[in-house]
Amino acid sequence: MAAIASDHGHGHGHDEALHHQFENMEQQNDSYIVGMWTFLVTEVMFFGALFLIYTLYRSMYQMDWYLAHEALNVQMGMVNTFVLLFSSFTVAMAVRYAQLQKKWGVLSMLAITQVCAGAFMVVKYFEYQEKFGHHLYPGPGFGSHPEYLHGATPNFAQLYFGLYFGMTGLHGLHVLVGMIVIGYLMAKWWRNSPMVTKDYIPTELVGLYWHFVDLVWIFLFPLMYLMPKP
Amino acid sequence: MSAIPADPNVTAVSATPRTETNYLNADWSIKSWLLTGDHKRIAILYLVSVSFFFFLGSIAAGLIRYELTAPAGFILESETYNKVFSAHGIIMVFLFLIVAIPAILGNFLLPLMIGARDMAFPRLNLLSWYLFMIGGACIMGGMINGGVDSGWTFYVPYSSMYANSNVTMVLTGIFIAGFSSITTGINFIVTTHKMRAPGMTWFRLPLMVWALYATGVVIILGTPVVAVTLLCIIFERVFHLPIFSAELGGDPVLFQHLFWFYSHPAVYIMILPAFGVQSELIANFARKRVFGYHLIAFSSLAIAGLGFLVWGHHMFISSESMYQGVVFSLISFLVAIPSAIKVFNWTATLYKGNIRLQTPMIYALGFIGLFTIGGLTGLFLGCLGTDVHLTNTYFIVAHFHYVMVGGAVTAFLGGLHYWWPKMTGRLYPESIAKWNAVLVFIGFNLTFFPQFIVGFMGMPRRYHYYYFAPEFQPYHIMSTLGSSVLALSFIIPGLYLTRSLSKGAKASANPWGAHGLEWETSSPPPTSNFDQIPVVLDEVYDFDPVTEHEQDKAAQALEVPSYLSNEAKSAESEKEKR
Amino acid sequence: MFSNFPATPPQASSFSREHDLIFYALLALTIIFTVMVGIGVIYFVIKYKRGSDADRSRPIYEDARLETAWSVIPLILALIMFYFGTKLFITMRVPPADAQEIFVIGKQWMWHVQHSNGVRENNTLHVPAGKPFKLTMISQDVIHAFYIPAFRAQMHVVPGRYTTMWFTPTQPGKYHLFCSMYCGTQHSEMGGTVVVMEPREWANWIENGGQSQASLTLEQSGERLYKQLACNNCHGAEDNMRAPSLYGIWGKKRTLTGGRTAIADQSYLRESILRPHNKITNGYSNTMPVYDGQINEEDVLKLMAYIKVIGSSVGGPSSSGTDTAAAVLNKTKGTMSPFAANAIQYQNSSMRRVDSTPTTRSGELAVNAIAAQQEAKGN
Repeated sequence: MAAIASDHGHGHGHDEALHHQFENMEQQNDSYIVGMWTFLVTEVMFFGALFLIYTLYRSMYQMDWYLAHEALNVQMGMVNTFVLLFSSFTVAMAVRYAQLQKKWGVLSMLAITQVCAGAFMVVKYFEYQEKFGHHLYPGPGFGSHPEYLHGATPNFAQLYFGLYFGMTGLHGLHVLVGMIVIGYLMAKWWRNSPMVTKDYIPTELVGLYWHFVDLVWIFLFPLMYLMPKP
Repeated sequence: MSAIPADPNVTAVSATPRTETNYLNADWSIKSWLLTGDHKRIAILYLVSVSFFFFLGSIAAGLIRYELTAPAGFILESETYNKVFSAHGIIMVFLFLIVAIPAILGNFLLPLMIGARDMAFPRLNLLSWYLFMIGGACIMGGMINGGVDSGWTFYVPYSSMYANSNVTMVLTGIFIAGFSSITTGINFIVTTHKMRAPGMTWFRLPLMVWALYATGVVIILGTPVVAVTLLCIIFERVFHLPIFSAELGGDPVLFQHLFWFYSHPAVYIMILPAFGVQSELIANFARKRVFGYHLIAFSSLAIAGLGFLVWGHHMFISSESMYQGVVFSLISFLVAIPSAIKVFNWTATLYKGNIRLQTPMIYALGFIGLFTIGGLTGLFLGCLGTDVHLTNTYFIVAHFHYVMVGGAVTAFLGGLHYWWPKMTGRLYPESIAKWNAVLVFIGFNLTFFPQFIVGFMGMPRRYHYYYFAPEFQPYHIMSTLGSSVLALSFIIPGLYLTRSLSKGAKASANPWGAHGLEWETSSPPPTSNFDQIPVVLDEVYDFDPVTEHEQDKAAQALEVPSYLSNEAKSAESEKEKR
Repeated sequence: MFSNFPATPPQASSFSREHDLIFYALLALTIIFTVMVGIGVIYFVIKYKRGSDADRSRPIYEDARLETAWSVIPLILALIMFYFGTKLFITMRVPPADAQEIFVIGKQWMWHVQHSNGVRENNTLHVPAGKPFKLTMISQDVIHAFYIPAFRAQMHVVPGRYTTMWFTPTQPGKYHLFCSMYCGTQHSEMGGTVVVMEPREWANWIENGGQSQASLTLEQSGERLYKQLACNNCHGAEDNMRAPSLYGIWGKKRTLTGGRTAIADQSYLRESILRPHNKITNGYSNTMPVYDGQINEEDVLKLMAYIKVIGSSVGGPSSSGTDTAAAVLNKTKGTMSPFAANAIQYQNSSMRRVDSTPTTRSGELAVNAIAAQQEAKGN
């Protein structure tokens, strides 16, 4: 096939932030956005499988799961939901400030996001602690204090709590990873690294990830905490 | 060739590179290899590690075949035998088949074929290789620590509650290797969408690129599901979180649904790139554009999509309902059609071509035969009535080895030989390679054809002993004899390909006279792939068999092989003239 | 196929023929398409090989009719095979209403089979030809699979839920039973045999509690062996020239050659059977054959049990007209276990027969106690 070389190459007015494999910033930004969304699709499939298991078992054991879920503290769950929703707002603000190249705006918004994430983890810690204390963690000692089961069949309640700890645990892990990544981003902004100051995309990508983490919780919260009586 | 508008800024690409520096010799330090972002170097890293794992998996295969020659085994206890077949499956599926063509040939070729300088995310690409190595190390650690005996399918409750072996360690390795696969898939998708050179429209893409793109889609959608499913087993074993436990009211068959939701598309991850290689080989060695280009491109996407709707055909007798079985069977028959179309299209490509029977073509022709048999025997298994008898027997083992080894491995070898000059700058010895390709075909059929028969007779798979049924023995003996031929035919290329790195003749930019952007740059290519990014004006596989035939006649008169590099060619013709 | 080198499984159920028809149809399809493609490839490769003078002008790159044809025709063939396969599958999945139930429990690493009348067997399955049976199966631990290749029948056996499969055996014979879902170390040894019997033979089998004939007591086995070994040719009801009578010798003092005496206890009897030359009864010579090495210890015990009761109605030599243990058993079979039948027989023995020799008895067996009671009454 005939191919004619064109004279683009490097060295005529390209950004510091342009990576060598890309021809221009538009291609680079597009690629990163598409890449991040593709990654988020994999995360949807990842959590999706767990939601599928949840759906199956809840439809099989509706009453027992309803009873078991009463062991959860809805107030703490609500606090966590609002905290995460608010943190999604602040991270969106951070992306906006990044587009406007306003360093202190970015840093303050990201800091609030981190505080929210930290609050989420702290509330989670107390929730888990309460469950361990009530012997609601699956295993040999499960249900040794039956009053905390609220009348649910212990076997099926174990399935519920197995999924509860599995899904909220995985979600919590994603929150932690998010906190680490946001911390890294903040460090880059603090040091005026051109990677973030000249290019808002890294901040946008982190924002996308954080929105996804929030979205998973938006699904988890009603499914786990807000079950209607069957 | 199309008319080129006069433009002082445009210069033609030269056939020989301006400089001798290529991606291999640019920097010899270990650090430059281990911290590379260059997709070509990453492909070579994968080549070395994947070959190593293939070798380990083959040893396990040899042990299996050796043991099965006698109804009561020779040297292994049952527990050890169970660990050996599990190792064979795990290594071959997760560390070889899922990875080989996409990560080696795909990584090397995708940017070159679309005219890009590198993948969209080079550092992610390197991470992919490290994740593969860490996952592989975890798996091998589990093997060395005593192995697992759950089979590569890890059915619960055996693997979650009953197995005493290193399930957690091996599952962790598979989980990590899964992320290696996911990052490769992300790279393929974004690169194909965003990094094509000017003029490289979707329908000018080589079919290899279509195949890699479809593979990326399958990887993205399927791998996370199996990752979390295997994670659930780890949850049960390590954290006591019951998910599939029947005693507590859980559903062990749910594991099977989730596992096969990935593992069926996984086989398309293994075969779609092989189809891509196959299209490239047939087009370039028949010197003709592939028949039905559009249909082959769309059939790759159709297979990727439909492949997600057939997982239940692994579960017809697992207690899934009759209606589920009927639906899955119907869709399974439908998904067979695009593959059949491809086979017919490749055959039709040969019509009025100008066929060169060099080594890659021998592999490609072998692929057509073996994949046809393998694919058609899949119909026996998609057909409900016959599957009830044939499932869980050696018929299944024979079927998937025909498509995986007769299909994917044959295509891998064909592609490796075809692109070897491009990747290494060296030519392999053609005549020994050609005869070895025939040996692969023969050894393969001798090994696996008897397994169809013994499976139909009722021998279950994963059986160490069969002394209840000594009538199975003759077929096992035949199969083991065949496997020694097959083993030889895999060892020989390992030897001559390695030798060619130092002793092989140097290759020109385009030793095959093939079409494709990868052949427009030197062999091996420079680190940045192209001196200047090409602008694509021509259609893909732009061969003209009639003109070529005339050129061949002329070349025949001189008796100079055209695959030698230009320097060697001129030296040869000098010799002839004298 | 050659009978010494089989390549196909036997056809032993109502599914087998239909299954094999579909299988061979698919095989024919496979062969036809493979050959077609193979011939196409080889022909084109030879004709259009580089350097050959074939006509390469106007090559074809797309042809809608051809592509449609080779998409639609395989599709139609595929749907035809789908139809027949589904038809057979639905038959395999819907058992007839009159199918008799058998229960199967799979566990690492054996099969427990239970027939609906209580007869149990391990790793085997006895069924009659011609009747449909439905298996209801469950696992005690991991997932197994119950596979009978000759029946073309296979189904997973899962913990926590029942799975079912059904078949009608058609051909008497012995067939393989395999576990076909990997279940651990001894997965390949978790097999057995499916025995398809003639219906009457099976009826006999199932009513005898899962054996071909009623089980015999120790004395009955001993009686059978006594006749088999032709002991009664010399040892009759009375002492004769060849040998002394054994009636009532149990526990009695015996006078041996050379003036020695011995009590006819267990070791005496054993010694006298195995090495008779050591203890020859007074008045007789060494003519009894040596049984040491001819019979095993179990046989010795059987003979001994019989000799203990020989001569009484319970263990008397059988003759037509008298109620042997077997005959009594036959009367009561089908309604109770062999042991119950024996108990009735013991009771019946209290109605003494005229031809039995009254003797005193002592011993562990209830038989002896009852006979002794009768003895006492009779005297």
